[in-house]
Amino acid sequence: MYCNQRPEKPGNKIEVFEKITNMARANSLWVTAYGTGCGAIELRPLHTSRFDMERFGIAMRPTPRQADVLIISGYLATKTLKRVIRVYEQIQDPKYIVALGSCTINGGMYFDSYNTLNVLDKYLPVDVYVMGCMPRPEAIIDGFSLLMRKIKDGRAQGWKHYKENLDYYRENQKKIITDWDLPDYNW
Amino acid sequence: MSNIISIVVTIAASLIWGLLLGGISRTVTARIHGRMGPRVTQNFIDVWKLFRKKTSIHHGGMFWMAPMFRITGAICVLLMVPIVIGNSVTWNMSFAGDVFLLIYIMFFGCLGMALGAGNSGHPYAVIAVSRGLAQMSSYELSFSIAVVAIAVGLHTFRIEGIVAAQQAGISSWNIFRFPFASAGALLAFLPMQMAYPFGIVLAPQEIPIGPPTEYSSRFLSLMFSGRALFGVAKLVLFVSLLFGGASSWLSLFVKTFLLYMYPVVVSSVFPRFRTEQSIRFLWFVPTTLALVDLVRVML
Repeated sequence: MYCNQRPEKPGNKIEVFEKITNMARANSLWVTAYGTGCGAIELRPLHTSRFDMERFGIAMRPTPRQADVLIISGYLATKTLKRVIRVYEQIQDPKYIVALGSCTINGGMYFDSYNTLNVLDKYLPVDVYVMGCMPRPEAIIDGFSLLMRKIKDGRAQGWKHYKENLDYYRENQKKIITDWDLPDYNW
Repeated sequence: MSNIISIVVTIAASLIWGLLLGGISRTVTARIHGRMGPRVTQNFIDVWKLFRKKTSIHHGGMFWMAPMFRITGAICVLLMVPIVIGNSVTWNMSFAGDVFLLIYIMFFGCLGMALGAGNSGHPYAVIAVSRGLAQMSSYELSFSIAVVAIAVGLHTFRIEGIVAAQQAGISSWNIFRFPFASAGALLAFLPMQMAYPFGIVLAPQEIPIGPPTEYSSRFLSLMFSGRALFGVAKLVLFVSLLFGGASSWLSLFVKTFLLYMYPVVVSSVFPRFRTEQSIRFLWFVPTTLALVDLVRVML
């Protein structure tokens, strides 16, 4: 079901109410179970008793409808970008992006590849980068704790930035996706 | 006026207790896995977060109404079951009718959920609903036979009468007077709570999350609350039917807590049945057990 209107800009919220909700948001991060690159292999140990990310309230959801966080786990191929955009826009506001690995920052070892994106931030609003190739589970947990702090402080506003600067993001996305067959506003 | 206050108190207390039980069960499951697990208040945080998320997806009228159906079913059962015997807050609304209406209303909530999931149009939701309804018709059979055995044995279909007949000490509890029917009902309790080995409806490895696949934000928040209320309603019904009802708040909390932990512990250590295995098991084992007591009572 597509929507053909520009996204509404979020209105002002009551501050005290929003602070309490931000605490809840930070302590209940649900992640879309979607691995885009090799980094997804480092997410598996987070479920195990050794790392146990459920103790921070982080859980995996199999559908973007119910998720809050999208993890771009490593390199992002040009073919995958369309699917990632579709998944990201199906997630309900507020939503956050965590980008893993060097590939999302500057292309990493694929910097001169013909089919890999170099700077993810031009196409989707990234809230937290976790560096490394690949980042260990400890580093991912550290990244999540940074995201939690940002949400608590009300600084994780990538989703608002995306809505406000949609034209900029769409222009960059369309440069990569030459067979663009999605509606321009699809949430 | 006092009735309205009683209703509000009952619903609020049941919601808090249901969400807390859910949080405790997540922690217990994590400890069985050797993990720390989330905090016990995690379910409250999840429900609040979901309630404050934006909702911009809908798939039709039934999709909207399904969470309401579920909550309505749960509240109706809660208001009709004698929660604490003789307590003016919870006894006033207790329903003096028969136990089959309660079972029907419990089914009503699940049916609403099934229609809503069907309306969402997602193939996984539809597969899960067909599985759920097939399994429901299997465990409802054994549960109904168990209830009939108890009702025939006590010469009453009234829920109040069934509770009143168990007040002469622990030996008068139906679990001791009707051991086979109780075993059948307790086996049927596992699929009612969607516990493994009967967890074929949510089945994360095949049909991720099942019926609520398309539900998000406030819908999901309502569904979580409805599930918590429904869980408490089922626990109170089972405590009333098999464990002598609750004579005080303390005994209610202890009995419902222990009963809630039974599917949690079973669920943590068992793998999952396939659909046909689950249905075959439910048609044969609990149904036969319940029938043994029914025949014994009728003879």
